Amino acid sequence: MSYFKKVLIANRGEIARRIIRTCKRLSIQTVAVYSEADKDALFVREADEAVCIGPAPVKKSYLDMDNIIRAAKETGACAIHPGYGFLAENGAFAERCTEEGFTFIGPSASVIRLMGDKIAARNQMQAAGIPIVPGVDHGLSSVEEAKRAANEIGYPIMLKASAGGGGIGMQIVHSDQELEKAFESTAQRAGSYFGDDTLFLEKYITSPRHIEVQIVGDSLGNLVHLWERECSIQRRNQKIVEEAPSPFLDPQAREALCAAAVRGAASIGYTNVGTMEFIVDGQGEYYFLEMNTRIQVEHPVTEEITGVDLVEWQLKIAAGLPLDLDEIPLSPQGHSIECRLYAEDARTFMPSPGKIETLRLPDWARLEFAVTEGNQVTPFYDPMIGKIITHGASRQEAIRKMKDALEQCVISGIKNNLPLLASIMDDPAFQAGTYDTKFVESALIK
Amino acid sequence: MSEKRAILSPLPGVFYRKPSPDKPDYVQEGDSVKAGDIVGLIEVMKNFYEVKVEVDGVIDCFAVENESIVDVDQELVTLK
Repeated sequence: MSYFKKVLIANRGEIARRIIRTCKRLSIQTVAVYSEADKDALFVREADEAVCIGPAPVKKSYLDMDNIIRAAKETGACAIHPGYGFLAENGAFAERCTEEGFTFIGPSASVIRLMGDKIAARNQMQAAGIPIVPGVDHGLSSVEEAKRAANEIGYPIMLKASAGGGGIGMQIVHSDQELEKAFESTAQRAGSYFGDDTLFLEKYITSPRHIEVQIVGDSLGNLVHLWERECSIQRRNQKIVEEAPSPFLDPQAREALCAAAVRGAASIGYTNVGTMEFIVDGQGEYYFLEMNTRIQVEHPVTEEITGVDLVEWQLKIAAGLPLDLDEIPLSPQGHSIECRLYAEDARTFMPSPGKIETLRLPDWARLEFAVTEGNQVTPFYDPMIGKIITHGASRQEAIRKMKDALEQCVISGIKNNLPLLASIMDDPAFQAGTYDTKFVESALIK
Repeated sequence: MSEKRAILSPLPGVFYRKPSPDKPDYVQEGDSVKAGDIVGLIEVMKNFYEVKVEVDGVIDCFAVENESIVDVDQELVTLK
């Protein structure tokens, strides 16, 4: 059956292709919107219709709500899928879609807004009985207040911008003296980046792991988890490798974490797919970090261990249909790993836009790529050109397959992080599953 | 000293003359600058790179406008 007649995809690159693929399988027509820089991109060709929504800079195209809504009206789309990034977690966009008569494939605008405000989200989850990292739960009004709180919690602490994200607007602080300096500079930076200089602080977690739980809720009140993803292989808060399940959690810890995620999402009446992000310390204590109210870049590893098509579930939920809970296996099926390929130097991390002269990929692995041979990687958007996903009966098998897959990749014309990915797969700490979020920066970059 | 020197873009991307939309420009034409001073930013793949002056001088003119799309080695500013 078809949930919608025609869906407009307000995104680009690999996630636009991913959404188009599921829509095609379900006989849903697709509309791509694209910037002038993306006119030759694969997702534009693969959609049934495509509308140019402006020049390369995102403000004038992928973030331009008027142009996107106009494209939806012109093409007769009935629903809008925001993908991830861009307008996916913009409450005003969700509201606008609904007001203009389109189904927004995501949660309500009020839920997006609530989870988008980091302080409000923490308070909400704390009220639902989910541990949060010890800290102050309101905006700090002065450096004196910050110092009092820091001394109560105990240094080191992390100073954070309320409106921050992606690692911007965060600072580790070890003493009162450091806090005096950091308070002003972080507030200043937050003000200029986000237009909001509200700060809060929390305990700094040692040996942290980033583990997130995939949850899914429908409009009839069904709310379930699809287990966790381990996302600790990252650099500057940008994820590089993800896997499911997490090698760090034993069955009891897994059950507790997933139950907490469901409880938190239920407390806000969550509908759509969503991700509850947690930080887990060396002792296995977990704390709520934030919630992402959209499909995640790393959703394929969850699909691999569950057999669920998360994009289809998003469409189904948005159409008001119940989830088919029988589709979910009783336990995670095997192990899956995802590697993100970035157009950047593997050592210096300098972005490397340009023409992809060669792109040979192992066709036996799951591939989610934005580009093909001969395409240009433009300087305007994310450096991620694609993802390779493997699945095995065991973690060892998934790793072995990923090593083979990476070895078989041939990329030329642009610099890329293949060497870094290969060295992660070869690393004893990665293979033993004993890494934390500092792994890439401390063990691999010398 | 009338010799002019061009500052070229180190990367392809978008050129900005100010640190953020609500801030003033880094420098104006006619300003004296020292080696290491920032004259603009290049945004490439969601990262920002500072464009710095390599020698002391005076800003002669900008070859591109704020928020222009620039190519690698494209002239951004001339110094005199």
